[in-house]
Amino acid sequence: MKDSNFIIELSNLSKNFGDKVVLDDVSLYIKKGEFVTILGPSGCGKTTLLRILAGFGNASEGEIRIAGEDITDVPPHKRPVNTVFQRYALFPHLNVYDNVAFGLKLKKVSSDEIDSRVRKVLKMVGMTDYEWRDVNSLSGGQQQRVAIARAIINRPQVLLLDEPLAALDLKMRKDMQMELKEMHKSLGITFVYVTHDQEEALTLSDTIVVMNEGKVQQIGTPTDIYNEPANSFVADFIGESNILNGTMICDKKVRFMGKEFECVDVGFGEDVPVDVVIRPEDVYIMPHSDAGMFDGIVQSCIFKGVHYEMTVLTSDGYEIMIQDYNAFEVGQEVSMIVKPSDIHVMVKERVCNTFEGKMIDSTHVKFLDTTFACAECGYEGGESVKVEIDFDKVELMDNKEDGSLVGDVRFILYKGDHYHLTVRTEDGDNVYVDTHDVWDDRDIVGIKINAEHIKISKSAHDEMAQ
Amino acid sequence: MKWLNKLFTKRSSWSIPYFLFLLFVVVLPLVLICYYSFHDGTTGDFTLKNFEKFVSNHEAANTFIYSIGIALITTILCIVLGYPAAYILSNSSLCRSKIMVILFILPMWINILVRTLATVALFDFMRLPLGEGALIFGMVYNFLPFMIYPIYNTMQKMDHSYIEAAQDLGAGPFTVFRKVVFPLSMPGVMSGIMMVFMPTISTFAIAELLTMNNIKLFGTTIQENINIGMWNYGAALSLIMLVIIFVMEFFSDSDEDRASNEGGII
Repeated sequence: MKDSNFIIELSNLSKNFGDKVVLDDVSLYIKKGEFVTILGPSGCGKTTLLRILAGFGNASEGEIRIAGEDITDVPPHKRPVNTVFQRYALFPHLNVYDNVAFGLKLKKVSSDEIDSRVRKVLKMVGMTDYEWRDVNSLSGGQQQRVAIARAIINRPQVLLLDEPLAALDLKMRKDMQMELKEMHKSLGITFVYVTHDQEEALTLSDTIVVMNEGKVQQIGTPTDIYNEPANSFVADFIGESNILNGTMICDKKVRFMGKEFECVDVGFGEDVPVDVVIRPEDVYIMPHSDAGMFDGIVQSCIFKGVHYEMTVLTSDGYEIMIQDYNAFEVGQEVSMIVKPSDIHVMVKERVCNTFEGKMIDSTHVKFLDTTFACAECGYEGGESVKVEIDFDKVELMDNKEDGSLVGDVRFILYKGDHYHLTVRTEDGDNVYVDTHDVWDDRDIVGIKINAEHIKISKSAHDEMAQ
Repeated sequence: MKWLNKLFTKRSSWSIPYFLFLLFVVVLPLVLICYYSFHDGTTGDFTLKNFEKFVSNHEAANTFIYSIGIALITTILCIVLGYPAAYILSNSSLCRSKIMVILFILPMWINILVRTLATVALFDFMRLPLGEGALIFGMVYNFLPFMIYPIYNTMQKMDHSYIEAAQDLGAGPFTVFRKVVFPLSMPGVMSGIMMVFMPTISTFAIAELLTMNNIKLFGTTIQENINIGMWNYGAALSLIMLVIIFVMEFFSDSDEDRASNEGGII
């Protein structure tokens, strides 16, 4: 994939810190002049990716090209990029002018030119008349402006921004977002922006790269990402959404919440388990009527400024979040309609937990570095097998000593009538659990699996996608 | 009974023992030094005679200037030796640097007199003459940790993002050091100077042992005068030294402010 249009080409980047995989085969191609946002929860590898771009960390594997040149092993001071740091990193021993002029002075630019360029960028960020101020006497917003000025004065080909607005208050952040957008337009530099704030990403970017667990989940325009999330993680992370388990009956027909719905998706096959995503603003709510596609009772109604956010319990026992301009009283019977085009269907990444295991003897199997008792299955000790456990057959224990292994809750997805949890074991493996109990992010739990729920079949290495 | 209860429960009253200690071993002696230095030892009248004696008596004044010279050389040598050591320590991996710091600090756990006597033995063993060279060696040896530690501390606490920001703006390793690390480490150098320069003016044990009493430092002069019962003159000399230290402290304090705000002054 070589194209002169791409200013940044990241190919198959991987990064490990010891045993921990921080970036897992990330490839990313960025066009010249684009505003690209790398979005993801904390610890997803987005900052590591930016630091590798800036040259502050080396990738374990992969190649980085900027403007066609391989810079994988080029030290940071020789790269055509500049960074705006999260906590500004303004030099405390220099005033505003000297901070901004730092890069130009190193390049031995004449002092007249430095002078005029410093004035120009300071005007651009709205910091005229602050030249001689001590940087420590500036407010957070002002320091941020100086940090941006210090970076763009060098006219880099790419500007890297590491959560630059995270430390500012809401009002200030909104103003700076607009200013950054303006700046991007007038400078014509490629911006690579890292944030965990999905709203910021949707507002600012031409392209959003959603990351989780060191992997790119989806790359697309803000509208694409919002309207057509690639998987349940993206759907949950970007905006509010109702995510439900469903079955694709055939093309344009999906079953969820115990009912059949028309949709626009095709090509999934027949009777395939899927995730269904419905944005809360796409559900039309009205007083009880026969025209509705499904009925329910309003459980809660909160005023959110522009709209009301309501939770409705459907007659089949699913909780649906709905946003509407009209308020419905708690306890009122209502009917709902969803347009076929607003039902987003996604292939399930997995339908049950699958592990590679080894038989210890005919009633014990070892997987996840732990030996579990299992039902007699006809396999001999020492044989490699495939172990499958349904999501709802994994039990989580408050007391970590009660489980056969220990993990912490990493990702919680509400599926209308149950929670789908991702539990990370101490060895870094994921166990997926369906439960009705409420757990919190980062809860430490004991994981217990009963012998009768462990399904063992012949090992087939090509089936071990996970 | 009520006031007694109040006295024990109020938190500020817990500092009373320390204040009493401070009063008797710091404030009172200071007052006494001032009183003695302005009074005649025999008549007990107010007099400036002791200070006149210091100015007119060239021996004491020369010792004083000589002491400052030795202290300066010691301090500069400590910076020259200590700064790179601190820089390397602060850059090495955590586990190894902890051990290294302990190795540097270890000599301080041993009594200064024992250490100095050992130095004398070492010089004897290597058949090196005792004297000025030995004196400076001993001083640097004894005070080096006091220089390394504050510099190491400042460098350790230095936000690594400053270095990254400088690299990002195009500074190579040497420029990063010259333009960022060095200016930002100045507060540490300043407190190192305070910790080394002041005590070296007033030490007498090291000078006595390492020069076989051939070279006198100001501390020695004060000690001698007090030993032979010239309390008032000794007090006056002490007061002069106190004032000098106070003045230097005052100046280096303002230097330190400048150093942390505007950059290096050296």
